[in-house]
Amino acid sequence: MSIFVDENTRVVYQGLTGSAGRFYGLRNRAYGTQVVAGTNPRRAGTDVEGIPVYAMVKEAVEQTGATASCIFVPAPGVESAVMEAAEAGITFIVVITEGVPAQDEARFYNRLKRDFPDVQLLGPNCPGIISPGKCNIGITAGEIATPGGPVGIVSRSGTLTYQALYELTQKGIGQTTCVGIGGDPVPGTTFIDCLERFEQDPETRAVIMIGEIGGFEEEKAAEFIGSRMSKPVVAYIAGVTAPPGKKMGHAGAIISGSQGTAQAKMDALRRAGAHVALNPTEAGELMARVVASLPD
Amino acid sequence: MDLFEYQGKQYFARFGIPVSPGGVADTVDEAVQQAEKVGYPVVVKAQVQVGGRGKAGGIKLANSAEEVRTHARSILGMDIRGHTVRRLWVEHASDITREYYASFTLDRGARKHLGMVSARGGVDIEQVAAEDAMAVARCHIDPTDGLSDADAQRLVDQAGLDQEAKAGAVDILKKLYRCFVEGDADLVEINPLILTPDGRVHALDAKVSLDNNAEFRHPEWQEYKATEELDERERLARSKGLQYIGLSGTVGIIANGAGLAMSTLDVVNQVGGSAANFLDIGGGANAEVMANALEVINTDANVRSILINIFGGITRGEEVANGIVEALGRVEIKAPIVIRIDGTNADEGRRILKAHESDRLVSQPTMLDAARKAVELAKLAEVPA
Repeated sequence: MSIFVDENTRVVYQGLTGSAGRFYGLRNRAYGTQVVAGTNPRRAGTDVEGIPVYAMVKEAVEQTGATASCIFVPAPGVESAVMEAAEAGITFIVVITEGVPAQDEARFYNRLKRDFPDVQLLGPNCPGIISPGKCNIGITAGEIATPGGPVGIVSRSGTLTYQALYELTQKGIGQTTCVGIGGDPVPGTTFIDCLERFEQDPETRAVIMIGEIGGFEEEKAAEFIGSRMSKPVVAYIAGVTAPPGKKMGHAGAIISGSQGTAQAKMDALRRAGAHVALNPTEAGELMARVVASLPD
Repeated sequence: MDLFEYQGKQYFARFGIPVSPGGVADTVDEAVQQAEKVGYPVVVKAQVQVGGRGKAGGIKLANSAEEVRTHARSILGMDIRGHTVRRLWVEHASDITREYYASFTLDRGARKHLGMVSARGGVDIEQVAAEDAMAVARCHIDPTDGLSDADAQRLVDQAGLDQEAKAGAVDILKKLYRCFVEGDADLVEINPLILTPDGRVHALDAKVSLDNNAEFRHPEWQEYKATEELDERERLARSKGLQYIGLSGTVGIIANGAGLAMSTLDVVNQVGGSAANFLDIGGGANAEVMANALEVINTDANVRSILINIFGGITRGEEVANGIVEALGRVEIKAPIVIRIDGTNADEGRRILKAHESDRLVSQPTMLDAARKAVELAKLAEVPA
C-alpha cells in the first residue's frame, strides 16, 4: 500500500508544454506514472510525445479520467490553475511551482477547504510525491527510491527529502510513499495529514519526518505523534545553527513566543517519543535500527 | 523585503492611512528644508532597519532650524547596532494622548490572516503580550472573506481602545488590512498608533515587510529594492541569483537546496567548526553556478576552508563533478576545498574529482566526513605559519 497516490492514479499536467513541465512530465511517465494528459489553452489538440494536450482540465478529466493534477505553470497563474483543477473534479493537486505569493496561497488554500473539502492540495513549492514502483509525481529522481516499504517519508525540504530516500535505499530499506510537503507559508498538506495516513496504511511500519526551523507544524506533529501514533517515528530538524532571519516588527514574536526554533521542535519530538537524529545520516542509521527491531 | 519607516509610511499613505506630514533627508541642509516645510516642532528620525533607534539616540525632537542642524549632524553617519544611518525622516511632531498597537500578518499555524490590536502600544508591546495575553486582542480572518466591519469593530472593542479613538481606529484597521492584502505584505504593523489631544488617530510608525514572491505584480517596488540593506557579499550573491546569508565563521558553505545547506551548517557546528555563510545554489550545479558561488565565497576574508555539499537527484554526480572542475579552472580559490557528492551517479562524480585531487581539493564520501575534514583544514589554517 501507499498513501495519496498509487499505480491507479491518473495524472494531468497543467503546464506540460512548458520546459519544466515537459521535462518532468516525461520523466514521471518513464518512471511508470500514468501521465494521461496535459493542459494549455493555446496548444489544445496537440500532444507531448503522445500525451494529449487539452485546453482545460475539465476536458482532460472527461476524456482521460484524470484524478490527480500536477501544476508546473508560472507563479502568477498558480491560483487560477489550482481552482480550475478543483472545479474540474480533481481530488489530488500537486503544485511544484515556487515563488507563489503568500496572499494567493492563503486564499486558494482556504477556498479549497470551504468549497472543495475533498480535495487534497500538496505544495506549493514542493518536490512532489513518490510511491516507489507505482507513481512519481513531481521532480524527485525515481532512481534513488526503493519500492516495497516499510518506511514512509514526509519532509518539508526538497534536497533533504532526496537525502532521506537515498540514505534508506543505501541501507536496502524500501519506502511506501515519500511526500515532500514544501516549505511555503501555507502548505496544502501538513506533516499531520501525512502521519495520519501513514498510521492507517498497513504497509507503512515506521516513518521518517524531516522538518526545518520556523513555523509550528513540527510542534503540532509532535503532539500528534505523542497522542495518536503507534508506529515509530524518526525525526530530523534542519537549522539548529541557522542564522536568525532578519526579523522585523513584533507580530511574529507575539504569536510565536519560543516556538519555531530547531531546539524547541526537537525537544517536542523527543517528548513525544520520536527518535531524534542530529543529521540526515544519523536519521538513516536510526531508521535502520528501528526497522531491524520491527516484529515479523 | 523590509521597508524603511519612511517607505512604510509612503506605502500606508497609498491606502489612505493617516501618517504625520514629513520628508526624507540625506544631508543636514535637506533636513532643515524638510523641517521648514512641515513646521516645528519636528522629530528627526534615523532610517535604519533595526529596532532600538530611540534608545540609541537616533530619534530627536527639534524646535528650531538650529536644533534640527545639531541633531541631523549627530544622527547622520551614526552606527545603530551595526547599521550606519544614511537617511533621515523629518516629520511634524505629534502631541500624544494614547499609544496603541495594530498589525496584520499571516498566522502560519492557523493558515489564516491574523489581526492584532492593543491599547497598550509603544516600545514594550512584546513584553506586554508575554505578560498579559489579554492585553492584545486577536482576530483570525478567513482570506476568502476578508476583514469585515464587524471584525474591525470587535478588535477595537476587545482591545479596549478609548471611546473617542474607536471610529478612527476601525477606519485605519480596514485600510491597513487592504494594504496587507492588496499590497502583498507579509506584515503590516503600526506601533504606536496614536490618539492626539484633538481626537485624531494616526500612524506614528510604520513597519511593512513585503512578500518578494509578489514582486511581479508590483512594479512600484523597484525603488524599495534599490535601497535594500544588504552587505557586500549578499549584494554580489543576489546579483548572481544565489541565496546567500553572511555569517561570522571560517568554513565557507556551498550546498544545493536550502534544507541541505542548513543541514550542512548544523553538521559543521556539530563537529566543532563554524560556518562562514549559508549559500544555496539551488537545484542545478553546473560550472557557471559553481564558479559564481566560489567567487562569492572568495570575497569573504574569514574563510579558511570551503565545504561543497551536493546531493545529485536529477542533476547527476558526473555533471556536478565536471561543473566543479571547470569552475576551479575559472576562479582562483584562496582556501582549500572539501567536496562531498552523493546521490545519483555519485561514484562516477567522485572518480572524476579523484583525478584533480590535491591538498587543496579533497573529496569525502559522506556529509559528516566532509564536515570533519573542512573543519580540520580551517583550524590548521588559523595557526599562524
